[in-house]
Amino acid sequence: MTAVFFVAAVITLITTALAITRANPVHGLLNFVLSLLSMAVIFFTLGAPFAAALEVMVYAGAVVVLFLFVVMMLSLDTRAARREREWMVKTVWVLPIVLVAVLGGVLARVMFFSPGDDSAPTVITPQEVGAHLFSGGIGAVELASMLLLAGLIGAFHMGRK
Amino acid sequence: MISWQMPAGLAIALFLMGLLGLLARRSLVFVLMSIEIMLNAAGLLFIAAGMRWHTADGQIMFIFVLNLAGAELALGLIFLLRLRARLTTLDGDAANLLRDA
Amino acid sequence: MVSLLWLVPTLPLLGAALLGLLAPGPRVSAVIGAGSVGASAIIASAIGISWLNHVPPGHVFVQNLWCWISLPGFSAKISLYLDPISLLMMLVITIVGFFIHLFSTEYMAGEDGYSRYFAYLNLFVASMLLLVLADDLLVMFVGWEGVGVCSYLLVGFWFQESANGYAAQKSFVVTRIADIAMLAGLLLLAVKFGTLSIQPLLAYAAAAWPHGGVWPETAAALLLIGGLGKSAQAPLHTWLPDAMAGPTPVSALIHAATMVTAGVYLVVRTHVLFLLAPVVMEAIAIGAAATLLIAAFAGLVQTDIKRVLAYSTMSQIGYMFLALGAGAWSAALFHFLTHAVFKALLFLSAGAITMRLHHEQNIFAMGGLRTKLPVAFWGFLIGSASLAALPLISAGFFSKEMVLGAAWNLSPALWAAGILGAVLTAIYIFRAVFVVFLGPAHSEISGAYGVRIVLPLAVLAAAALTIGWLETPWFLGGHAMLSEMLAPAVGDSGERGVSAIVPLAGIAAPFLGIAIAYLLYRRGYWHAQAARAPGFLAGALRSAFGFDALYDLLLVQPFLACVRALRHDPVDMFAVALEKLALTLHRRLRGSQNGRIRRYAAWLMAGSVATIAILVFG
Repeated sequence: MTAVFFVAAVITLITTALAITRANPVHGLLNFVLSLLSMAVIFFTLGAPFAAALEVMVYAGAVVVLFLFVVMMLSLDTRAARREREWMVKTVWVLPIVLVAVLGGVLARVMFFSPGDDSAPTVITPQEVGAHLFSGGIGAVELASMLLLAGLIGAFHMGRK
Repeated sequence: MISWQMPAGLAIALFLMGLLGLLARRSLVFVLMSIEIMLNAAGLLFIAAGMRWHTADGQIMFIFVLNLAGAELALGLIFLLRLRARLTTLDGDAANLLRDA
Repeated sequence: MVSLLWLVPTLPLLGAALLGLLAPGPRVSAVIGAGSVGASAIIASAIGISWLNHVPPGHVFVQNLWCWISLPGFSAKISLYLDPISLLMMLVITIVGFFIHLFSTEYMAGEDGYSRYFAYLNLFVASMLLLVLADDLLVMFVGWEGVGVCSYLLVGFWFQESANGYAAQKSFVVTRIADIAMLAGLLLLAVKFGTLSIQPLLAYAAAAWPHGGVWPETAAALLLIGGLGKSAQAPLHTWLPDAMAGPTPVSALIHAATMVTAGVYLVVRTHVLFLLAPVVMEAIAIGAAATLLIAAFAGLVQTDIKRVLAYSTMSQIGYMFLALGAGAWSAALFHFLTHAVFKALLFLSAGAITMRLHHEQNIFAMGGLRTKLPVAFWGFLIGSASLAALPLISAGFFSKEMVLGAAWNLSPALWAAGILGAVLTAIYIFRAVFVVFLGPAHSEISGAYGVRIVLPLAVLAAAALTIGWLETPWFLGGHAMLSEMLAPAVGDSGERGVSAIVPLAGIAAPFLGIAIAYLLYRRGYWHAQAARAPGFLAGALRSAFGFDALYDLLLVQPFLACVRALRHDPVDMFAVALEKLALTLHRRLRGSQNGRIRRYAAWLMAGSVATIAILVFG
């Protein structure tokens, strides 16, 4: 289990790094898809099969696909690609890296100074998730559906000519 | 035996990478993608928490994060399209009409 | 009869209001202007006659008008106080004032602002009457300020010439400085005694303050400064020669007969307080002697006829203050009476001369007017005789004798100054007489005199010859009618016998002066002196020993330097600096609003990271 986890983790890191550094957005998105798929594997190893399924179905299967549709609609040509490359100079990464390093340090400290729990991971089945969701978390479900409704209406309105 | 700190550390790393992409990339497509990476990383952290506490709450939160990401992306992409139509470029820096003179 | 007292100041005030509000044409203005003062003069004379026939008890009549201030610590009433002093002053102001108004109706004929002139002049008479009739120092101060304002308005009557405006400002500012000191004195008295009503105040002061103590000296000194300013005595005398920029009747009324004597009146009225302050009395006497000599020397070299008369006024008021310094209140008031008459006569004669000479005022441009303008000649000659104190025939002789006698009793040195002043007076005034009226004519004459010019001159001339017999000195009969009338108000005038030197010198002095003036005239000295550029001595004398230049150096230039230094408002710089700081900050911060979302995102992240770090590590 641990080995699977580590392999999947490595793949995730590499593909995410690639995703943010590509000049061509389609390449970036495809790398992102790969990272999502390996993320699903990680979920599985952590005992969350339902989350893994959702990751593949919703995130990789709908969100990124939507992204790809839009990017295709943009019909980016070689000029755009050239511009992308021009924008990605080395100097532009310096300050973000500093900021990120600071944040990383803070988060790492929080993580390492929190007590751990070394018991065996239990698998949380979809049935349990469903039971919890529709008993205690029903209010949140309603709110989430309202959020989706808002997104739907907004997208419809904004997208019209 | 995976302690919760490993997926948490991975989540942190992914989050930081997403942040990096958000700040460093100029094209709006990559900005939106970086946001998605960050949201995904947050979701992983929730799953890790659920693993640590042996509850279903982690996955429930992950569902809501997903929900949020979907709604937000839909609108974000529409903005992207509108911006592209108006400014004929995907450059984030071109959208600076709110500047002070 | 005496209850009509309130009409005396009110009628001119009403006249002023009517003239000011309605601004009628020349005929109506003349009638209202001269008529109101004439009516006041008639009522005042009637009051005077009834006073002499039947003196009110205590020789005092008080008419309450209304209560002005009534506070726990202080109260003031507006009421009129008639005693021999104020009766005398009132008669002089109204009668001489009426004749001057009459003269003005013809002198100012055809001028722009005819009704404005009479409005101001009436207001002046009303204020002066309020000043002398006031029962309360605060009400007197109102009159005091009123005459100051009217003096300013009238000196600057022809304000179209900026020089006249400056002269008016100068007179106002110098007297204002003096008035501040006076106000300080009044406040001191008010704080100490809770009232400024004159008789109670003087009673409290006499009871509470020791002779020669700090408080009476201070209060008397402050009041004195106010009086010195108003009466154009050194060191506050610089405004009077320049105030001759006003119309000649104004100079006659305000700057000769009445306003400039307000200081004398003040000291006489509060003499109880001054008697408690021997140092101040000495200062009065010495300062008066200095002033009369400075002014007399200055009068020797003036070329403008009105300036000669202005310095002469300064000098004669110096004599009045000399008498005050010696405690001879009646002498001072007697000299005031005769001076009012002959100085008004002199000024009106000078006005009569200049109005026929196209307003030429340089005496060296006149000449031979004895035959051409006989009315003016006799008026001026009689006035000059009175000024020089020619014995027996002129009123000035009697009053000057009284003053010099009081000076001798005080200190022979001061008497010597007075006698020297008398010689100089005779020299300078007869210098003017000879230069103006004898010799060849240098200017052409136009116009003629109406009765309104001749009548006042005639009346004043008659008075200048005869009024002296009211108070004859011991060697001529000793009929002290004026002193007797004034005695209840001023106390015993202390008429003591004097050595024979005094009257002898007093008789000789004017003749000596006239002789010197005539000799120098025959030798052509006066003309030669005027023709060449003034040497150091003459220049110093002409400017009355350079007080103007001194004040310019000591006061005006530093003030202007301060004005220049503060021109850009350094105190405001603090507020301006704040403004500039705000603007600079704004400009700097503006740069952060560059509309670039990556920048915004970066700052958001940085802020969030900082917050998280603080929360985690803090």
